[in-house]
Amino acid sequence: MPHLATYIGLADHSEQTLADSFRTVAEGHARAADVFHTCRLLAGWSDEHRTALAPIIERYGEADVDEPERLHAAGLAESRDGDIGLLRDLQDLHVLATLVQTTWTVIAQGAQGLRDHELLDVATSSNAHTARQLTWLNTRLKAAAPQALIVAP
Amino acid sequence: MSDRIADIYGARTPHTKGTVWPARVDQFLDPGVDEGSVDSWVQSACLLCSNGCGVDIAVKDGRMVGVRGRATDVVNHGRLGPKGLYGSTRWANSSDRLTRPLVREGGRLVETDWETAMGRIVDRSKSLLDAKGPLSHGFYTSGQLFLEEYYALAVIGKAGIGTPHMDGNTRLCTATSAAAFKESFGADGQPGSYTDIEHCDAVFLYGHNMPETQTVLWARILDRTRGDDPARIVCVDPRRTLVAMEAERTGGVHLAPRVGTNLALMNGLTHELLVNGWVDQDWVAAHTLGLDDLRSTVEPYTPEHVADICGVDPEDVRRAARIFGESEAVLSTVLQGFYQSHQATAASVAVHNLHLLRGMIGRPGAGILQMNGQPTAQNNRECGADGDLPGFRNWDNPHHVQQLADAWDVDVMTIPHWAPPTHAMQIFSYAETGSIELLWISATNPAVSMPESARIRRILEGDQCFVVVQDLFLTETAELADVVLPAAGWGEKTGCFTNVNRTVHLSEKAVDPPGEAKSDLDIFLMYADRMGFTNRSGEPLLGWRTAEEAFDAWAAITAGRPVDYTGLSYDKLRGPTGIPWPVNKEHPDGTDRLYADAVFPTDTDYCETYGHDLITGGTVTEQEHRAMRPAGRAFLKGAPYTPPHEEPSDDFPLRYTTGRTVYQFHTRTKTGRSADLNRAAPDAWVEISPTDADARGIAEGDWVRVKSPRGAIEVRARVGDVMDGAVFAPFHYGHWEPAAAAGGGHDDANHRLANELTMTVWDPVSKQPTFKTAACQVTRLRASDGPAPAPTTGASAPAERDLAPRRRPRPTQGGGPTTSTTLTETPTYPLDPAQEDS
Repeated sequence: MPHLATYIGLADHSEQTLADSFRTVAEGHARAADVFHTCRLLAGWSDEHRTALAPIIERYGEADVDEPERLHAAGLAESRDGDIGLLRDLQDLHVLATLVQTTWTVIAQGAQGLRDHELLDVATSSNAHTARQLTWLNTRLKAAAPQALIVAP
Repeated sequence: MSDRIADIYGARTPHTKGTVWPARVDQFLDPGVDEGSVDSWVQSACLLCSNGCGVDIAVKDGRMVGVRGRATDVVNHGRLGPKGLYGSTRWANSSDRLTRPLVREGGRLVETDWETAMGRIVDRSKSLLDAKGPLSHGFYTSGQLFLEEYYALAVIGKAGIGTPHMDGNTRLCTATSAAAFKESFGADGQPGSYTDIEHCDAVFLYGHNMPETQTVLWARILDRTRGDDPARIVCVDPRRTLVAMEAERTGGVHLAPRVGTNLALMNGLTHELLVNGWVDQDWVAAHTLGLDDLRSTVEPYTPEHVADICGVDPEDVRRAARIFGESEAVLSTVLQGFYQSHQATAASVAVHNLHLLRGMIGRPGAGILQMNGQPTAQNNRECGADGDLPGFRNWDNPHHVQQLADAWDVDVMTIPHWAPPTHAMQIFSYAETGSIELLWISATNPAVSMPESARIRRILEGDQCFVVVQDLFLTETAELADVVLPAAGWGEKTGCFTNVNRTVHLSEKAVDPPGEAKSDLDIFLMYADRMGFTNRSGEPLLGWRTAEEAFDAWAAITAGRPVDYTGLSYDKLRGPTGIPWPVNKEHPDGTDRLYADAVFPTDTDYCETYGHDLITGGTVTEQEHRAMRPAGRAFLKGAPYTPPHEEPSDDFPLRYTTGRTVYQFHTRTKTGRSADLNRAAPDAWVEISPTDADARGIAEGDWVRVKSPRGAIEVRARVGDVMDGAVFAPFHYGHWEPAAAAGGGHDDANHRLANELTMTVWDPVSKQPTFKTAACQVTRLRASDGPAPAPTTGASAPAERDLAPRRRPRPTQGGGPTTSTTLTETPTYPLDPAQEDS
């Protein structure tokens, strides 16, 4: 199952990238109190997913092969400034979270094929969390967009 | 004659469960005015808390000189509390009333005429609309305007300008109440009624120091707990309030959770109901959604786990749950201890969950009162000056928005509905950066009442935003404005307002306002006229001229919505009592309690919201909502506890919480101008437990410095009945001081504002700022020459009863004489179940 191991590795890496990026955005936009606190909270969810995945990585190994790793997305090393910067940072987080979500979807399919309940549980529950991360990002984007696009100084 | 400063609740009129609350008429007239010399009594309702007591205003020689409770009113059966008695009219005759508009010239506010002041506003408004569009405008209102004024402003903001940036200080006070209703039941609307007090077996008060915030309602409860077949009290509060003492007296429970841990406690109570089978399975299956998710959410919250998080005794959690689980009818009330604390909406929704699990809603005694802090907060929520759409309409439902566009005859795109309305904290953030360049503040004092005061002052006084303030007085906020407009107050204008349990009252004009002061409605109409707002037919957008016309326009657009006013008119409201909505053809005399049929406004096409993730605030989509097929069922929603945003540390080891005293209201704009009230609580203080005081060498009355990462205050310490590790500060005290004769003239006026220490952070769903979880440190500065200026009557009483004479506070007393007359024959109250049964 070399490719399942690859995808497990991808889940682990992309959750870490997402967690790090949430924290970068939290710190960079600390003036927006809800962004600061919610991004830190959501980073913690991604940490939890990695913790839950850890025993499975023990079992399957965490492969690093070239082809699927092209999906790997770079995280946000630093945040952007201002209202428009926040908008773009939230969009970047959305892209990263989408990668995480589709990765869990793929893994869940594999887990079903293998009848691996533990892996299926981790993939399903993580996917549900990721959906909530995406929902918040979408909600916050919608709220921030008009002001940022039209009147932000 | 009774001194209602010392005797806050007046004489008891105890009665048996299930019988009507007796009537007692309370009255206060200014010294030197006798009843026979009063020229007229004018119908109104009290504006000094959210209870909404029916009152008549005494008028003599064109001045308001006192008040009398209305015996026939369903809300108060004639009673009034100390704030209503002593504080209703004194401010009106105060010599520092604003009587002319002010504009800023060379850095100073100078008097001018209306033409000039309104001209400046309109010029700025028009040029901003041309240059930047409607998103350059923000409106921040109050919980103290009248219904007609909120509605007028809502139409101006949504259909005239088209800005989503509208909110009120209701965001600080009652936003969580509205948000919790929407999450559980699909729409705002108080399910319960005050008449539930007469029929319940137990009253649970969650973060609600009712004896100090709604004294007449507390008197109603005391008349049950001191009568035959009394109700038991369960109190959730970190302070040993009078509620806590009544809980001890009635065999109930006082749970004092650590500040910021309410949700863990609520999850524990829910856990116990489920584990012990105190669940009405059939009712839950028929009328709710979400039981399985709720069960798994609360599964870890055993009483022992809850005890670890909250610092309470696990047996007390079990006892409280048992009282809830074994009572036939429980009344729950909730206020700022939940709303202004961590995980506010989730904790308030959890109260609903307990009632839903037991099927305890919609019948006498089984009620929920998510309280409001302010008297007209409900109307701001209904009318939409807080950003919501009028009539509990859903901003995310295009049909609802179209209904408003049709009613107002405007393009639907004018009405902002692309995202949730902008909440107050975000409005101030936009004003901070100059993204909003015109901020119009009405009847509220954010310089004192909003968190992190230093930041708010900076925003208001900066050049990046043009600030308009309309108020009765030159408040701490008005001092920073660019234009100040003098407003008429209660008794000086006509309009309606609605209390906590949906009861609508008409408040008639009793006297003329001073000088050139105008009603808020007239000010808004003047602005609309000058701006030339028109509908698609070219007619004025706000066609009405009088409060009554505004009311009728409002009533018309509530048709078919939960908040149905179509059966109400000024004529009908001129009767013996206020009337609770919905009032329509089906319910011509109003509605005592909602959901008697267990049908909730959750249908996807009808609801006010599709709901939110209680942890993140992410919005549920229409499709997701429709897929759940709620169809009139209520939602059971849960969330896990998360630690507060700021936990104690080495530098700031204590938990800071702000609150209220019975003698002051909000930022003291009115109560501080009543000598009777102000002398009872003349200056700020901070409460600290005996253990924490000892550890710091602090004795009663010592001057202390209280510091958080954001700021500090220096006030006197009351060594009181607050739990160890917690520090309580009243939020009322800005730098304004009345004259020394009225109990003013304190030299700590510039360093006592409790909100210097609070955080800029808010609940993810209700967006209510958190005033009750910040870390702080307290250090002793020096001794003072007496005790702290805190009252001795309520939760602020000193912990130590035998203090040395120098430190012993004098008992709080000295209110002017009032009369109380208990009626031998109780009037008939419409819809009262105690009288319907007999």
